[in-house]
Amino acid sequence: MRFMVLVKASDESEAGVLPKQDALAAMMKYNEELARAGVMLAGEGLCDTSKGARIAYSGSKRTVVDGPFTEAKELVAGFWLIQAKSRDEAVEWLKRAPFEDGEVEIRQVFEPDDFGAEFTPELRAAGERLRAQTGQ
Amino acid sequence: MTASDTHRVIDAVWRIESARLIAGVARLVRDIGLAEELAQDALVAALEQWPESGVPDNPGAWLMTIAKRRAIDLFRRNRTLERKREEVGRDQEIAVPQPDPHEEIGDDLLRLVFTACHPILPAPARVALTLRMVGGLTTEEIARAFLVPESTVAQRIVRAKRTLAEAKVPFEVPAGPELVTRLASVLEVIYLVFNEGYAATAGDNWLRPALCEDALRLGRILAELTPRESEVLGLVALMEIQASRTRARIGPGGEPVLLLDQERGRWDQLLIRRGLAALERADALGGGRGPYALQASIAACHARARTPEATDWVRIAALYEALARTAGSPIVELNRAVALGMAFGPAVGLELVDQLTGEPSLRTYHLLPSVRGDLLVKLGRGEEARAEFERAASLTRNTRERDLLLRRAADVVSS
Repeated sequence: MRFMVLVKASDESEAGVLPKQDALAAMMKYNEELARAGVMLAGEGLCDTSKGARIAYSGSKRTVVDGPFTEAKELVAGFWLIQAKSRDEAVEWLKRAPFEDGEVEIRQVFEPDDFGAEFTPELRAAGERLRAQTGQ
Repeated sequence: MTASDTHRVIDAVWRIESARLIAGVARLVRDIGLAEELAQDALVAALEQWPESGVPDNPGAWLMTIAKRRAIDLFRRNRTLERKREEVGRDQEIAVPQPDPHEEIGDDLLRLVFTACHPILPAPARVALTLRMVGGLTTEEIARAFLVPESTVAQRIVRAKRTLAEAKVPFEVPAGPELVTRLASVLEVIYLVFNEGYAATAGDNWLRPALCEDALRLGRILAELTPRESEVLGLVALMEIQASRTRARIGPGGEPVLLLDQERGRWDQLLIRRGLAALERADALGGGRGPYALQASIAACHARARTPEATDWVRIAALYEALARTAGSPIVELNRAVALGMAFGPAVGLELVDQLTGEPSLRTYHLLPSVRGDLLVKLGRGEEARAEFERAASLTRNTRERDLLLRRAADVVSS
């Protein structure tokens, strides 16, 4: 199963303060560890919200509000998408993240829970024409 | 934290740490079977102690320390035993191999992968051993995934460990020309696991799709450990792209949806992107494409096409030709015939199919007459096509498919 890990913003991240070099190095090492374990699917850091915008919907009306936004702890500063066997495993991986403060939120991603038979693409192509011609 | 909470944490820690743990101990004892037992001892110690003491800050290091201590105890005990048995006075120090701090954990892991996938073992044993030791699956999980009794898997693992020990298979990464065949054996295991999950059609299949994830994870780990091996990247690319279609290949009623009928919007673009990136990395290494990279390239042609009509069949046909040269089989030829028919017209496809009709391995394969019938319809040879569809219908065991083929045979006659 997949999990999205949301890294919460801080006053520093919202002020556009970049992490120190040793913090960056620790994060790179951690990302490498996730990749080497075949766990990390994607991950990015996000710019502070002054570079972002919000769009509110109400019927056909769209209201665009430019950043920055307040309440840093409610904002997202980065994410990982990881593949794990269980939420416990995801939690265990994130315990190892090199953060000294702040918070992350782990959310399970919806996914299909079933598979079916499938032939090789080209035989499938043949089958597809077969279906088309029989009106299926 | 309750005891059951602690057990869940231990399960998760085991999943993350077990491969590295077994690999690290195996470097010490040079026997992966024994290494796994020692790692299990450490797990038992954790189960006993952590509910009381709490989970240590660095659970991996804790487990490794315990397992290595047990290994050293074992060496000492064996040495004492040996002394008693031989009754020799020589005070011969049996050297306890010290881990070389310069060696990376990754090297041990790679040794573990190569040893568990040693060609001396039959494929099912390699699969079971790899999932257990590298994938961190329990024997029960493996048994459920492969729809076999747990005792069968347990037996396979025990026998495999014994075979490796008796043959004194060294705990090492093969070098030189041996690397090629040994790597092929590893890749075969991973792709077997993937296909077992991907082709799951029967049984308790909630766990079987998980095999695809296990295989992908093994593949990604291997690709990180062997960044210069293009076929590893080729296999990863193939699995990522095939897995990208998971959501689209099942219809609302649970029926399989064929590739060209799939809603492409449901394809997982993240996995496609990862697959294409892996393929690019494989190509960047040079040296041409091997069978896995070629199959990934074919899958990539479909992944890149925004609509079924946009499929580059000329390129697919060329890729099948290359695949036929490196890893030819009648099935590859049949696929190539379909691609040729799509790219250059039915007559070209039929020419190749006709060469395959005498192929013994395809004699009872319903898709051969089905493909042939399809090409004949396009060429306006209705009577022959009908006979082929009827023949295909008589060969398939799938009733849905049989109905379809019979209807198709009837349609040819009425048109």
